[in-house]
Amino acid sequence: MWRVGTVVAFHDETATARTITLEVPDWPGHIAGQHVDVRLTASDGYSAVRSYSIASAPNSEGRVELTVERLPNGEVSPYLTQEVAVSDRLELRGPIGGWFVWRTQQTEPIQLVAGGSGIVPLMAMIRSRISAGGTAPLRLLYSVREPGAIFYRAELQALSNKDNPVTVTYAYTRATPKDWPRPPGRIDAALIANATWPSNVGPTCYVCGPTSFVETAAGFLAGLGNSPDKIRTERFGPTGDRK
Amino acid sequence: MSSTAYDYVDGNAAAGELSRIFATDVTAAEGQCAHCGAIKRFAEAHLYMQGPGIVARCAVCENVLLRLAKVRQRVSLDMRGITYLKLDTSQSLESSG
Amino acid sequence: MGITSRGFSGRRSATDVKLPPGQYLTTDFPVLSAGPTPHVPLDRWEFTINEGTDVLRRWDWKSFRDLPTEKFTADLHCVTRWSKLGTSWEGVSLDTMFADVKTDAPYALVHSYGDYTTNLPLDDLMNKQAWIAFRFDDEDLPPEHGGPARLLVPHLYLWKSAKWVRGITLMHEDEPGFWESLGYHNYGDPWREQRYSGDE
Repeated sequence: MWRVGTVVAFHDETATARTITLEVPDWPGHIAGQHVDVRLTASDGYSAVRSYSIASAPNSEGRVELTVERLPNGEVSPYLTQEVAVSDRLELRGPIGGWFVWRTQQTEPIQLVAGGSGIVPLMAMIRSRISAGGTAPLRLLYSVREPGAIFYRAELQALSNKDNPVTVTYAYTRATPKDWPRPPGRIDAALIANATWPSNVGPTCYVCGPTSFVETAAGFLAGLGNSPDKIRTERFGPTGDRK
Repeated sequence: MSSTAYDYVDGNAAAGELSRIFATDVTAAEGQCAHCGAIKRFAEAHLYMQGPGIVARCAVCENVLLRLAKVRQRVSLDMRGITYLKLDTSQSLESSG
Repeated sequence: MGITSRGFSGRRSATDVKLPPGQYLTTDFPVLSAGPTPHVPLDRWEFTINEGTDVLRRWDWKSFRDLPTEKFTADLHCVTRWSKLGTSWEGVSLDTMFADVKTDAPYALVHSYGDYTTNLPLDDLMNKQAWIAFRFDDEDLPPEHGGPARLLVPHLYLWKSAKWVRGITLMHEDEPGFWESLGYHNYGDPWREQRYSGDE
């Protein structure tokens, strides 16, 4: 069933990505990692549906945040990242998904691996962990093209202080910050081995991003001894768009 | 003669459409491929969603697990490629505690 | 519920060209697939015409490319509602390929590399209505659009134009193919909007 959300705010995360805050009056709540389907309908009845991960932690205010990346040949993402205005209404279906989720009752170490816009559902998990408290320690390996492509930069920066349950490691594939110890390049087995929980602590791993990134990263995690049923994946397709 | 073009998504992407048919989340369901016997979560299936319908393929052998088409007011579902699906009905579709 | 999204029009072009009912004009060339793109090395490619278990004709890539070819322009209509007009191709006419084939089988089931199939009356493959196409827009047909070779039957919805074609089986009884068996129309004339089975 489709619900109607009203845009109450938005802000840009990067030059090409925007977070939209929606108020959804009858929102049933969600779990970190779930997504929504968004439907846009033109005045002649033509409609397009796309899936977007929920970026916000579970809350009881009926608020849903989506972070959308604008794709060069996109049909829906240019509209959502450039046209949408406060008080616009969007149709949503969801929340959707019961496997690629982190529930607040989980206490085991969590390994998050994000490729580009794959950070969105993982950020919901981080936010959920922070707001719910609990004991699960989190590590995030976040692979991006270059520093300007980082979503939630300030929030992730604030998580880097010592008392925090979240450890963040960045990997840059095209351009690094000045004096960065690792040259730009795709993630490899060595980086995964250094940056992720050792498999013997039994982490549950969540890998999200373009399909090729997910296949590669999940393969490395399995190669390090994490069993396949402890590696959960969400693939966004060849360009990062889900559909 | 298969491709490594990564032009598929996964079972998570079809969950919205499948929620019209299944009252329980299907991404977490464990299923067996009728062709090669592989047992995996539906979230791990390779999903081809750009065509006239949705095609889910086994991540191991690429045989068709299920096909779904929206034919006007009907949804046509062919699940011959799945031997079984184990769904956890204790988790409601919309969030849980 | 059905609300309208302010200012949204999607990836469509305005047009005064006449399109089949329910279609929208597009200027790009969407890639739609039911499975992974097969990679077929040319030294292993073949195309056969069969009836039952009999192979009536077989070509490898060299003998296929020795056949006379035609350049032609086609309008493409996909059942997912996009239409792309005036596309240019080069291929071998099915009339040429069936020149020495004698059959009274009325139906054809077209097979692709991979597991895709589609069915249509043999008459719809004849009389300058269909080609095995291997060049698009003056270049070799790329794999994502069906290369090395695909069937092109422009007068029917594009799902009948099987990509990565590898053969045609002639049949005395009609057998629905991949999408037809799931509820898509057995024939698929875009001008009569025959998208789904039961459509007149």
